[in-house]
Amino acid sequence: MRLFEHANFDFVGKRKTFFVISALTLLVFVAGAVYFQIARGSWLNYSVDFTGGTLVQVRIAGETDIGDLRPVIDQAVPGSEITAFGEGNEFLIRSPQAEGDATGASERIIDALRAQFGEQSFEIVRTEAVGAKVGGELQTRALLAILLSFATTLIYLAFRFEWRFGLAAIIATAHDVLFAMGFISLLQLDVALPTVAALLTILGYSLNDTIVVFDRVRENLPNMRRDGFEKVLNRSINETLPRTVMTSLTTIVTLLALFLFGTGSLRDFALIMIVGVVIGTYSSIFIGAASLLEIEKRWPRERGGRAKTRTRASATT
Amino acid sequence: MFGTLKGRLLVILGVMALAAVALWQNGIKLGLDLQGGMHLALEVQDPNGTLTAEQRADYTDQNLEILRNRIDQFGVTEPNIQKIGADRIIVELPGITDEERAKDVIRQQAFLEWKLVLGSDVLVNALPRMDRAVVQALGEEGLRALEDTSQTDPTSVGAQQDVRDLLFGQVDSAADTLGADTARASGPTQTPLSRLILQGAGDGEFAVAEVDVPRVKQLLALPGVMNALPRNTELRWGADPYAVQGQALYRPLFVLQARPFLTGERLEEAIAGRDPMTAETIVQFQLDRRGGREFEAVTAENIGKRIAIVLDTLVHSAPVVNSRIGANGQITLGQAPMTEAQDLALVLRAGAFAAPLEIIEQRQVGPSLGRDAIDQGIFAGALGLALVVLIMVGYYRFAGMLAVLALGIYALLVLGGLAGMSATLTAPGIAGLILSIGMAVDANVLIFERIREELALGRPTRAAVDDGFKHAMSAIVDSNLTTLITALILFQVGTGPVRGFAVTLSIGIIASFFSAVFITRTFFLIYLDRKRASDAISI
Repeated sequence: MRLFEHANFDFVGKRKTFFVISALTLLVFVAGAVYFQIARGSWLNYSVDFTGGTLVQVRIAGETDIGDLRPVIDQAVPGSEITAFGEGNEFLIRSPQAEGDATGASERIIDALRAQFGEQSFEIVRTEAVGAKVGGELQTRALLAILLSFATTLIYLAFRFEWRFGLAAIIATAHDVLFAMGFISLLQLDVALPTVAALLTILGYSLNDTIVVFDRVRENLPNMRRDGFEKVLNRSINETLPRTVMTSLTTIVTLLALFLFGTGSLRDFALIMIVGVVIGTYSSIFIGAASLLEIEKRWPRERGGRAKTRTRASATT
Repeated sequence: MFGTLKGRLLVILGVMALAAVALWQNGIKLGLDLQGGMHLALEVQDPNGTLTAEQRADYTDQNLEILRNRIDQFGVTEPNIQKIGADRIIVELPGITDEERAKDVIRQQAFLEWKLVLGSDVLVNALPRMDRAVVQALGEEGLRALEDTSQTDPTSVGAQQDVRDLLFGQVDSAADTLGADTARASGPTQTPLSRLILQGAGDGEFAVAEVDVPRVKQLLALPGVMNALPRNTELRWGADPYAVQGQALYRPLFVLQARPFLTGERLEEAIAGRDPMTAETIVQFQLDRRGGREFEAVTAENIGKRIAIVLDTLVHSAPVVNSRIGANGQITLGQAPMTEAQDLALVLRAGAFAAPLEIIEQRQVGPSLGRDAIDQGIFAGALGLALVVLIMVGYYRFAGMLAVLALGIYALLVLGGLAGMSATLTAPGIAGLILSIGMAVDANVLIFERIREELALGRPTRAAVDDGFKHAMSAIVDSNLTTLITALILFQVGTGPVRGFAVTLSIGIIASFFSAVFITRTFFLIYLDRKRASDAISI
């Protein structure tokens, strides 16, 4: 059995269609982001990791609903947000307060719960208290991590390939990261530290996918001098298609397992990754090489279609 | 040695043995999010931003030592206490159940001082000046605004009077509040402070109604008010309020000599206990030889006067000196639970912080959540792995089985690597592991697809396998390296959970590279060894 054994799709020829599809989807995401920015004050649903504040996850024995909790919490820490979590009797209490000692608000919440329900009838599942200063630091660091990864992979690509490939790969990767962020915004998923990890993994994965295709382009170029660049690109995408599909499939299968049987942040992580892998696969097939073609048309290389081919890292074995 | 089959097998077995030994000896350390526990980040308190960078770093270093000492004595298994940067301390306490107690032990400055209590007249004489300072600081407008928001309810005055009599004995009610005379003469606005302060239960001791405490604190903080006190004099609140039937009514306020004659540095031993006479919780302490001598000298000079034991600016007790006191003494904690006394004794023994610490970040996970995360992670991981095995074997047949075998070894190597580097496994770490399995599979897919292509071109089996590996190499190197770069940056820039993810991902990538490129290749070589060059292979 072999998938796409003699695949010969004209991916690059239809690039306009896919550019339009991508642009339209991106437009939807931008519209969503603008809506949330206006309606909720922020297009991303930042968790306390970045905004500073307090989160208490509590499991209360017996029948309880948010209505029972609301007055208790309002008195302890006004302005808190309470949401039911998981199975019925678990609640997330979020409060923006973290002035002075970061743990003040969580202590007041726990004291209030103790006074209301008694020591034995509730369990604190998780507490997070982040001072405003730490929140700001984490935000800076997350941004730094994303930018640094972009910069270093760019340098790596410039070293391994030629600049046109590097630019096209960056376009495809930026496309994927933007889509993933648009998705996170549209679903208003919690943006916490693991989300940054997920975004960076998408970045790596998408780049990886694009590199495999470009690697093949680089390999095919010298052998197909008489064919047009467009044909080289199509050939390369089609040749790597079985690999692209197989790898995406196995990755998505593992992530699906994580998504279906995990909870909380693990589940969010898996969801973002699934979206990222799907988009990464799409972009490496439809966007990456197409961008390369557009770049090539604008800034054509010297006649003869000679790509700067470096000697391939030979097997150490 | 890499050239021969035997050499290759030896390398693989050697690496496997190393991983197994590391795993056997170190085990896998679980992160706080998996086993439950508390993570705290602390910094030296600096509300006004007056400390220089050197001071902060200096205090942090001193506090770090004391904190280690305290947590050792508190008895947490495998705590992790480390300095991050120049002025931040990270404390990780696995499996902690009583977070409040732990936080108190970590947060308390435990600065113990002994000070002489001055006569009541010192404050009484200074109060008119302090009143004037308040009036000056607030102005007419400010004073009126203050009076309007006054919480003292005139109807309850009668009831208060009774309680007052009960607490302090019959006092001439006209002289009751210290500012009473002036109040009648010039209206309440002229005595904003003194009318809130009452005579207390002993010399040098005053009392403030519990409802007025925030107001008095606010007034005392006004500029110039404290300067109205004589030099080397200060006011300190008592730790325990006067209570009637369990309800706090008045809070004591003491006039003290500002300079302590002894501090906690001279403390040698502190033990929690219960006062046999009053059944109150106490901490008994013993001073060292020099401290004892100093204490004796001071008490000998001050028989009949009171000495205040001040802990973190609060007066915990103020006994009257009846005779010379030697090296022993006690701090009374009233009705506080025994654990509080034990913790206080502990922090006193461990020593005081050079400057108070504040918690700037707290993350705590109860044990149940961690268990859930492990169970889910293992289940999802196993399921994902099983599905991958199914796909690989179904699609690549025999070659797929070789890859799965290599994946099995890969799993051992990753776990061994985690144990060997004593990295901690966190929930995002599990995600990183699962992801790196995907990467390992990808490398195999790249190779197999390439071999198939070569076979489709009609090349002989052995040459197809060789070229397949060779040609897939550059893509594998590129993909692994780019991911490794991201992982390393995550490790550098990330904190806590993100770092855990980066570590497992890095180890996973290295192991996956070795597994796909070296182990799978070896298996292929063994497999081909038994065949003639022209035989077809199952891929």
